[in-house]
Amino acid sequence: MLNTTIFIVSGAVCIALVLNLWRLLRGPDLSDRILALDTMYINSIALILLYGMHMGTNLYFEAALLIAMLGFVSTVALCKYLLRGDIIE
Amino acid sequence: MNILVEILVCVLLLIGGFFVLVGSLGLCRLPDVYTRLHAPTKATTVGMGGILIASMVLMTYEQGYFSVHELLITLFLLITAPITAHMLAKTALHHENRALRRTRSQHLIASAREQQPPAAPDSPNHD
Amino acid sequence: MSRSFWLPMPLHSLLLFVAWLLLNNSVEPGHLVLAAFLAWTIPLLCAPLKTDQPRVLKPLLAARYVLRVLGDIVTANIDVAILVLSPMRKLQPGFIAIPLDLKEDLPITVLASTISLTPGTVSAEVSEDQKWLYIHALHITDEQALIAEIKARYEAPLKEIFGC
Repeated sequence: MLNTTIFIVSGAVCIALVLNLWRLLRGPDLSDRILALDTMYINSIALILLYGMHMGTNLYFEAALLIAMLGFVSTVALCKYLLRGDIIE
Repeated sequence: MNILVEILVCVLLLIGGFFVLVGSLGLCRLPDVYTRLHAPTKATTVGMGGILIASMVLMTYEQGYFSVHELLITLFLLITAPITAHMLAKTALHHENRALRRTRSQHLIASAREQQPPAAPDSPNHD
Repeated sequence: MSRSFWLPMPLHSLLLFVAWLLLNNSVEPGHLVLAAFLAWTIPLLCAPLKTDQPRVLKPLLAARYVLRVLGDIVTANIDVAILVLSPMRKLQPGFIAIPLDLKEDLPITVLASTISLTPGTVSAEVSEDQKWLYIHALHITDEQALIAEIKARYEAPLKEIFGC
């Protein structure tokens, strides 16, 4: 039962990633694309955790944490760049 | 494996997956950039929360000791989600993105961009 | 030396201590010592960066506030999920300006974050004089009721917690 559920949820997250990709490619504005990218980061964390649960290891936790941190920092940096034309003032 | 733990993990996973999917669906369906901000930043916090708690329960059960470090990711996402939303809203305001035509009080967009107190509704900024 | 010199940010120290233990997923003595060391030295190094912010005066009330917000996040998600799945024609988005009673940076930040996390609202901008908070709401039925609810449900407890 657990393996089937993990499979179904992974499928849902993959569909979510495809929807995000569609928004990333379509735009229409830069802030839409950044939002799509940020959501993709979060969804990929979900996918990595699901894979870790499937394999039954704790090893992927660090990867998920790193993606969470890098995703946040890069989103803020991109927003800052669009707002000011500069990241560090 | 204990059937109760398995059911709990499955339910949490399904809730999480549902909300992650709804968040991305909202990202696609909603009509303008300001409404689009709502779906992912909200739905992913509970969606991720569900999946992370499921992972926590499963790892604790399988390894025989408390495995709570998934809480760190949940906490991090909860703290950063509003900041990301705020930065994106600022960017959208700054780029003068068109709001949906039936959006109420659009005259507030101009004063929000300039970080000024709200202007009166009948000011020339109103469109 | 005074206490504030050796332990400039007690709350941050506690947070760092817990975060290190969570990161390593253990409470072995070695990790406890290392966590205590990091929780002591990092705030000491960061102390010059600190700006004066109001302190949390009522920790119990703050804990209750966090629980309430967590509960609201769940209802927020159900509301947003229903709105996303229902037809887009019925959606009535809008901007709202909320007059702020809070004064300092930290309480306003907490309030803005709370608003972003709860039902169908995202905080967009704060006016320069820190008297108005602009939010965008996904679906407005009654503007005044929404403002009153935010002020009563989130701003009033925050005012009490930070005592300003």
